[in-house]
Amino acid sequence: MRLSRHSYSTLRSIQGPLIFVEKVIEARMGEVVSIVFPDGREVEGEVLRIERDTVLIQVIGDSRGLDMDHSRVVFTDAVKRAPLSLAVLNRTFGGSFQPLDDLPMFVPDRWAAVSGLPLNPVARERPQEMIETGFSTIDGLNTLVKGQKLPIFSCAGLPSREIAAGILEHARARSDAAAGQGAASVVVFVALGLAHHEYAYYRQTLERVRSDFVAFINLAKDPVVERLLAPRYGLTVAEYLAFEQGRDVLVVITDMTNYCDALREVSTAREELPGRRGYPGYLYSDLASLYERAGRIKQRNGSVTLLPVVTMPEDDITHPIPDLTGYITEGQIVLSRELHQRGIFPPVDVLPSLSRLMQRGIGKGRTREDHRDLANALYMHYASGRDLRRLEAIVGREGMSDEDRRMLDFAEAFEREIVHQGTARRGIDQTLDLSRALLERFGLLGS
Amino acid sequence: MIGRIIGISGPTVSVALAGLKLYERVVVGHARLMGEVVRLEQGRAIVQVYENTRGLGVGEPVTGTGTQLAVRLGPGLLNQMFDGLQRPLEALRQEQGPFIQPGGDRSQLSSAQHLRFTAVKQAGDEVRVGEALGFVEEGPFRHTIFATGSAGTIDTIAEGDLPADGLVASMSDGRKVFAYHDWPVRLPRPYRRKLTRFEPLITGQRCIDFLFPLARGGSAIFPGGFGTGKTLLEQSIAKFAEVDIVVYVGCGERGNEMAEMLDDFSVLSDPWSKRPLMSRTIIVVNTSNMPVAAREASIYTAVTIAEYYRDMGYSVLLLADSLSRWAEALREISSALEEMPGEEGYPTYLGSRMAEFFARAGVVETLDGKIGSLTVMLSISPPGGDFTEPVTQACLRNTGAFFMLDTALAHRRHFPAIHWFQSFSLYEADVAAHLDKQVAADWSALRRETHELLQKEESLREVAEIVGTEGLQDADRLLIRTTEGIRRRFLAQNAYTDDAFSTPEQTHQMIRRMIEAHHGASARLEKGEHLEQVLGEHR
Repeated sequence: MRLSRHSYSTLRSIQGPLIFVEKVIEARMGEVVSIVFPDGREVEGEVLRIERDTVLIQVIGDSRGLDMDHSRVVFTDAVKRAPLSLAVLNRTFGGSFQPLDDLPMFVPDRWAAVSGLPLNPVARERPQEMIETGFSTIDGLNTLVKGQKLPIFSCAGLPSREIAAGILEHARARSDAAAGQGAASVVVFVALGLAHHEYAYYRQTLERVRSDFVAFINLAKDPVVERLLAPRYGLTVAEYLAFEQGRDVLVVITDMTNYCDALREVSTAREELPGRRGYPGYLYSDLASLYERAGRIKQRNGSVTLLPVVTMPEDDITHPIPDLTGYITEGQIVLSRELHQRGIFPPVDVLPSLSRLMQRGIGKGRTREDHRDLANALYMHYASGRDLRRLEAIVGREGMSDEDRRMLDFAEAFEREIVHQGTARRGIDQTLDLSRALLERFGLLGS
Repeated sequence: MIGRIIGISGPTVSVALAGLKLYERVVVGHARLMGEVVRLEQGRAIVQVYENTRGLGVGEPVTGTGTQLAVRLGPGLLNQMFDGLQRPLEALRQEQGPFIQPGGDRSQLSSAQHLRFTAVKQAGDEVRVGEALGFVEEGPFRHTIFATGSAGTIDTIAEGDLPADGLVASMSDGRKVFAYHDWPVRLPRPYRRKLTRFEPLITGQRCIDFLFPLARGGSAIFPGGFGTGKTLLEQSIAKFAEVDIVVYVGCGERGNEMAEMLDDFSVLSDPWSKRPLMSRTIIVVNTSNMPVAAREASIYTAVTIAEYYRDMGYSVLLLADSLSRWAEALREISSALEEMPGEEGYPTYLGSRMAEFFARAGVVETLDGKIGSLTVMLSISPPGGDFTEPVTQACLRNTGAFFMLDTALAHRRHFPAIHWFQSFSLYEADVAAHLDKQVAADWSALRRETHELLQKEESLREVAEIVGTEGLQDADRLLIRTTEGIRRRFLAQNAYTDDAFSTPEQTHQMIRRMIEAHHGASARLEKGEHLEQVLGEHR
């Protein structure tokens, strides 16, 4: 065992956010280091790789001003930890857990490693309690349940923030909704590389939301490496609040595309072998280490529900970021530029959207007995209507049978009446009543 | 001997410790993490560590174990969920709470259970390796205890209750045979010879059983983009397949799915034997957030367990979800070893490793003279749903059946989303011949006709795209009606209703009714009746 703190000034090279330090005795993987600049400023760093006495360190923060001769690196013998306490509630922090709300840092009850530990699959409770979001396309057709991870796949310029904000404001457990209670018990909001105007929008939403919140804010101007850390702080706090304090935690992370780009930037600096589109080969495992922290635990109260926002580069759902996200998460809510241009809000394209955990969250005793049948019927007929639109483009409406024309009208009405709801909140009963009425109007029920 | 850690990079650690062998299991660091030697160099060995290396320090001790990474085989595997290194997850939960702590040596399989042994050999008998000494009851199954090590003469053999250490027999050369033995995961278990047989393996999925049937001892892959229902299909097959034993590997997939599966499997029963589903099932799980190196090992752990039950003469089905995550783990490790990358960064040995894995499937005559089979079904998650990627392509060269899961079908909520033109089964002719005898003589004929109808529909739809369905002739419109019924009611199966499982007899009846109705309607059209009349009646 070595002494707890060692200081070195044996820097071998500095490449952007990476430093090689030589002659280090017994460094640890993931060890937190403190980097002391010539002017006395200190930033944090983390050990990435060790080869005998040479250590590769990633600087978390700005590395401008570092030099080879006067800078020092202090090894702390500890891995990255997050401070935990209920005093974290209703506070706003930066990407390195520094308070941004002009209040002093709280005194932690204890510390926990930010990377978390994998949840034993046999200890997981099956998620099946519906969360009512107030949006018909989600509640009725892609139902969200407590402990689920359900991303929003957006495109540049689409109102993903309005949807995320709408969910923050209106989400409530189905059982609470019946009892007339408020929104999710705690919201953990993590902003990654957000532009200031976006942040301002979310800020206002958080102030409107009646529930407790914790915010971790990394804006576009803030250090890139912090984007890798902020979601881990957020999730460590979320796990604490959920599984130790019994709260239902809703975690919103926006925008995961910025997270992945930060990961790519750091990976390239480390001269790792690039995978698809230059993202590292371990992007899947890395994303899983965040997304999989959502869930519930048997015999414990509380839940971590995760709503990441992903902006699809080039509107392309096969881009590695949405693609790998979709492989890990339990479904996805996909926004459509076309619906948005036609003034439909929320512009959710229900065909590629999916909630894998929906089946257990709906039906008798959970939502309503007819929920499953209504959802299936809407899907089936809307899909045929959408198929026919291609035909309509070629042969024209006149060349189509009455039956086909009816399906076209149905698809149109579905988009106008069920998908579109403006800013109004709809309860699940209202959503199901509207769905039933629409299907009945077109004679599509009970066939 | 104790060595030291000299370097750490991701999941690999270099150690200074002389005398290690390739693929030897080592214990790394103060936390006692498990690892495996993957490369030997002058003065150092590279170890692939099966747990998170975070917090591991240079200078921490490393010890060799002298053994390879192995699976403990013996009674008590069924009805359990293990991690990729065969640690029982329920025991782990009771010991450590809900989160998995790194490190520590844990017993892989509890030997504390009470076992009653029935000998089939007696003292003085000569036995060869792999010959049965006797058996114990494992739930509803007869669990054979094999002679291990080398051939010899039995000195004493147990009968009735086994002692706590599981001692079964002492050999005249002083060796002892226990109810448990360790087998290196990367070494296929031996058999007498491989057989060429094509008996059908009924999955309960009409689209597979009828159009693209699977043979016992065969292999199948089902690639599909996300949301195409790979996991759901795989779990349905795990529930309903007509086999004795199911080994399910959750390889780099979701934790909630495994919770769901455990939940379902403990209440449902096997439709063939009517016994609880878990009593025939072994689950090996390494979720996506569990360490990557153990994910690489998990499919070997599972296939070794599957081979062990095959050796008892059982029909075993190995399902892995998903092979892509295994390949990615291989890539991650390869990249940490700084190996020269092949296509898309995968190591160049990806293809040969896969071929070796597929080769572990088959129908065999066991060392004990029984017939056992191991069938392998693997899901694949191609990036972007693009089937030209290396993992799908490497599998296509080895697999016997290919079920292509189609995104467009999935978006239409047609499940299982198996594409009926792109998929294939190399077993179809042989298996259909069996089913002609077992189920109905017209099975093959109906298959052919169904394929033809679906094919015709496809070309008709192309025409309809131009002229509209109104522009088609009555006979063609009838055909589209029929195939629509086949697609919606026959090929699609709702996994959440009673329709989730279909026996071959039900499958046959259903398709025969549909085809006969089509024939009837066609005949009436030919007599000059109008389509509306015809449809109005038979609807």
